[in-house]
Amino acid sequence: MSLLEIAGVSKRFGGLQAVKDVAFRVEKGAIKAVIGPNGAGKTTLFHLVSGVLAPDAGEVRLRGQAIQGRPTHEIAAQGLSRTFQHIRLFAGMTALENAMVGAHVAGRAGFLAGMLHLPWTWREERALRERAREALDLVGVLPLADQDATRLSYGQQRAVELARALAGGPELLLLDEPAAGLNMRETAGLARLLGRIRDRGVTLLVVEHDMSLVMNVSDEVVVLSYGEKIADAAPREVQRDPHVVQVYLGEDAC
Amino acid sequence: MPRSRYARVALLVAAVVAVQLATEWGGKPFFLTQLTMSAYYTLVAVGLSLLMGFAGQISLGHAAFFAIGGYGSALLTTLDLSPARGSAAVSLLARTGLLAARTDLSGAEALSVAPWPAFACAIALAAAVAWIVGVPVLKLKGHYLAMATLGFGTIVHSVVLGTQRLGAADGLGGVPAFRLLPGLAVGGGRAARVENYYVAWGLVALAMLVLGNLVESRVGRALRAIHGAEDAAGSMGVDVGRYKLRTFVLSAVLAAAGGAFLTHLTGGIGPGEASVMKSVRYVAIVAVGGMGSLWGTLATSATLEFVSLRGWFGTLDDAAFAVVLLFVMLFSPDGLLRLDLPAALRAARGRLSPGPDAETEP
Repeated sequence: MSLLEIAGVSKRFGGLQAVKDVAFRVEKGAIKAVIGPNGAGKTTLFHLVSGVLAPDAGEVRLRGQAIQGRPTHEIAAQGLSRTFQHIRLFAGMTALENAMVGAHVAGRAGFLAGMLHLPWTWREERALRERAREALDLVGVLPLADQDATRLSYGQQRAVELARALAGGPELLLLDEPAAGLNMRETAGLARLLGRIRDRGVTLLVVEHDMSLVMNVSDEVVVLSYGEKIADAAPREVQRDPHVVQVYLGEDAC
Repeated sequence: MPRSRYARVALLVAAVVAVQLATEWGGKPFFLTQLTMSAYYTLVAVGLSLLMGFAGQISLGHAAFFAIGGYGSALLTTLDLSPARGSAAVSLLARTGLLAARTDLSGAEALSVAPWPAFACAIALAAAVAWIVGVPVLKLKGHYLAMATLGFGTIVHSVVLGTQRLGAADGLGGVPAFRLLPGLAVGGGRAARVENYYVAWGLVALAMLVLGNLVESRVGRALRAIHGAEDAAGSMGVDVGRYKLRTFVLSAVLAAAGGAFLTHLTGGIGPGEASVMKSVRYVAIVAVGGMGSLWGTLATSATLEFVSLRGWFGTLDDAAFAVVLLFVMLFSPDGLLRLDLPAALRAARGRLSPGPDAETEP
């Protein structure tokens, strides 16, 4: 059974068919990339998987269980985490606190336990803090733990967002354009980091524009064009696929 | 940092004692009456501060919850059940201790619900109303949420004002004292002034302790995350809808408790407590104290409510709070207690005058 299975998923916004009958699988332990020209439906597909949007048709199955249309927090609790194309850090909170919210799914202290500051919550708080620090350490921003997250540099904010998504210990991590706005050196660092994250047993589904990153790190690549899947294969094969080349470079390239 | 959390509550207790001693030695013991009343308004304000400052949800209807608590307690503790004394239900209630005999205003014997069960009913009613109102309303954001809660507040005010049972424009009176524990009562007139003062501020200290714990907890972090980026909080596994609703209910319960206690303290409640201007006043207090600062709200509420109750604003009482709100929004949207004066003046000048670009245009 695949960790994630997308089966015949479609989504329409008014007159625009954003995603049309898309199907593919993500195997456990893999790094899978979704690429495509602007407007190909990549981010919409991400929203459909993470529960921000509900598909008009089709199923999204996590470990065989249909999750499409479920609320985002329930999907997150089942081990699916994500980052955002435009950074969505929590303002007025430190990098550590941001990452601790990421570890929210690993805790269970509710209103009453919090108000009474019950002893068992002290241990839980320590555990959540430790998870958050580990995640910040993994992405290399632990020294910035006590800084206001939204005042960090762009690259550092991206790192904190990644740490926040990792702190809950997800099984599947969705990254929406993680290399956007990064320079070449930072992108190379990101590629190594994605490898390290995978080595920890986290499966990755990555929407990305940066071809060097996609071709370097991913095991499989799905290509979308106008909402439809036009290829789903290993990076080398996708690069040679004439249909893909045509979509990316135009008719004359063939 | 739990230590500083408890240190702040200890500081509050010390300040409460210091103020009481100061009024005693300064020959102004009557100040305690208004200080006690301001404590109960402060319960409303700190609860609203949790909702607005931490969860980021506005309510322009909190006076309604205050009124539900106050009117609920007042109605049950003054409703005379003695004509039905013979009925099975009433005699059963009387035997379980839920009813209390008392002398009403005209000196006649009366049988009413005892203050503790009345309090529990009033709080439960406020919580239930908050839940029922909150489920649809908290799906709204910003202006829309403000308007919806304003509408709710207006409805409660109109109902209170138009119901004979609730005394209409006169409100309810003759509410007995509320004995919290043996030897500790809310109410009882001037003779119990010092006791009332300590009970009221003790309750505020308790609320600060509990709310301070909450904002430093997993839930508190999640609430700030909702405030910061609601969709991202959801993607991290925070059940946004449920957390907002629980916070709304919790702040409504605090408002209702404030209303119930103040009603027992003063012996009655009027429809003015449910008015929209009261709700605006609580919002103004939270805004001055600084969004996201329970202690800033406490300090602001204690001071402004005391000054207002002493009548320093005269007939311009409501206007004073509206002006305060206006100035805070113009000069320091983060609250006056966090004001960086030069920066705020620069920013305000920028907001009030057309920018340099506009001037250079032909």
